[in-house]
Amino acid sequence: MKILVAIKQVPDTATLVKVAGDAKSIETAGITWIVSPYDEFALEEALRIKEKRGQGEVVAVTLGPERAKEALRSCLAMGADRAIHVNDPAFNDADTLTTARALAAVIKQEQPALVLVGRQAIDDDMGAVGAQLGEVLGWPCAYWIMEETIDADGKTVKAARQVEGGLEVFDLPLPAVLAAQKGLNEPRYPTLKGIMGAKKKELKDVKAADLGLGGEPSQLSIVSLQALPPRAPGRIVAGDVATAVKELVRSLREDAKAI
Amino acid sequence: MAGAFWCVVEDDRQGAPKKVMAETLGEAARLSGGNVEAVWLTDKASEVGLKQLGEWGATKVWLVENAALAPYRGEVWAPVITELAGKESPKAIFGAVTSRQRELLARVAARLGVGLCADAVALEMDGDRLIGTRPVYAGKLLSKVAWAKSPWVATLRPNVFRPAESEAGKTAQVEKPSVTIPAATMKFVERREEASTGLPELAEAETVISGGRGMKGPENYVILEELGHVIGAAVGASRAAVDAGWRPHRFQIGQTGRTISPKLYLGFGVSGAIQHLAGMRTSKVIVAVNKDPEAPIFKIADYGIVGDLFEVVPALTQEFKKLLDK
Repeated sequence: MKILVAIKQVPDTATLVKVAGDAKSIETAGITWIVSPYDEFALEEALRIKEKRGQGEVVAVTLGPERAKEALRSCLAMGADRAIHVNDPAFNDADTLTTARALAAVIKQEQPALVLVGRQAIDDDMGAVGAQLGEVLGWPCAYWIMEETIDADGKTVKAARQVEGGLEVFDLPLPAVLAAQKGLNEPRYPTLKGIMGAKKKELKDVKAADLGLGGEPSQLSIVSLQALPPRAPGRIVAGDVATAVKELVRSLREDAKAI
Repeated sequence: MAGAFWCVVEDDRQGAPKKVMAETLGEAARLSGGNVEAVWLTDKASEVGLKQLGEWGATKVWLVENAALAPYRGEVWAPVITELAGKESPKAIFGAVTSRQRELLARVAARLGVGLCADAVALEMDGDRLIGTRPVYAGKLLSKVAWAKSPWVATLRPNVFRPAESEAGKTAQVEKPSVTIPAATMKFVERREEASTGLPELAEAETVISGGRGMKGPENYVILEELGHVIGAAVGASRAAVDAGWRPHRFQIGQTGRTISPKLYLGFGVSGAIQHLAGMRTSKVIVAVNKDPEAPIFKIADYGIVGDLFEVVPALTQEFKKLLDK
């Protein structure tokens, strides 16, 4: 069974992020880049499916600038068999729909039985590419997946999605798109052998023209990017526990009107 | 009506719109000067629910009531909404940030070939275009976005937008459009309910209590739940507490959990790691209780107590009981 995992390279959560001079993008110098955590859940699940079935191929795909290759190498080190890098300046300002269309074009060429994505990338937190992939491909799609099992003949996947108040379980005919939620699994760390082996695996560049895509303009554009305005300074409520608690409750009721 | 602002109804699956609808309808009315319509896909509407939507300012409810719409499936719902939008030409389509509407509105935007602004925390007209504001990069930055064309599709973060006042006597015209409901390929198997804590749902709660590593163990969350029952708060946890196995993941607040924006957030034994702040920094009032005066959460807290949560929480519970006369 061929499984395609779409991933995104994002700044590490702890990294300092600053607005660039154009006031629309971030300063990329000095940033530590990682594979978005939800995408790691997606990749881990793909590797487990392959291992459980004893055969198959896991293909990692990303759309992004040259530096995104590092993220794909991490996926290869974790165990993906090969990687495809949609690497074309035509996609520099890609919104979620443009991204979904480009990934869908790769998927049509690759024809996997299953596509796994993270539920959202932790840089722009749009959480849309998986759903829009389902829509563009016309495939069934289940979001915020907490567990999945594929039947023995590889025709159906049973997936449990997290919703408010519980889990909803569905049978989806394959091919399908699943968006991973935290809790699906615990991603493995690449081994030294995996890291060494990754260098020999195929990592292919793909251009817009290879996918039959032109430079369609994005439907959503960034007007500006700015730092979060700082919160007004707070205060430490002092005194022994009884005094501090009394004063806190009074402040919440009378000053902040929060309760 | 062409040019209307649509709000897709989020309901409790029992026929009643959730209170987040007051917020999306209120914001849509503010932006459009009252040209607001609700779109309700459900297997079970109710008269009370329809009345409520009218009182919250919907001038019309497009009601598609059909057993095939439950449970929610994007592949069924998105074509229904886009078919209707094709006929009625709304100017905007808004949803709430809930698990199903986040997916649904992304699909609707894809089908219509328009932009999506997910998790908006502010919306403003700029001449004849709409500008959406959304937190990005773990909430460290705010991104302002614009659509190339309408309808402007967006999901709105709960508890951020000013809710519509419920006005008795205001009614919505109910219209049942003829639309095609596509057959589902996803077969529903079962729903597994979580054991109810009797406390509000995390994502929508107006008051949220969060317990971090300082809680020391799963058995201690009961003191937070007691406080939660007194003040009507949801009880969540930090990633440290979830990763330690003290609380299920559905209670996690933060970047790899729920993003919340309550009127009041109370963090106990929460240090304030960036990934936690990403999920709660838009809360209106932040209270932090931590033994460590250097804990980063104090930098964004409006009120802080440096002290032992195991002394502070029971004292707070008693004090709130007195205040709220319980």
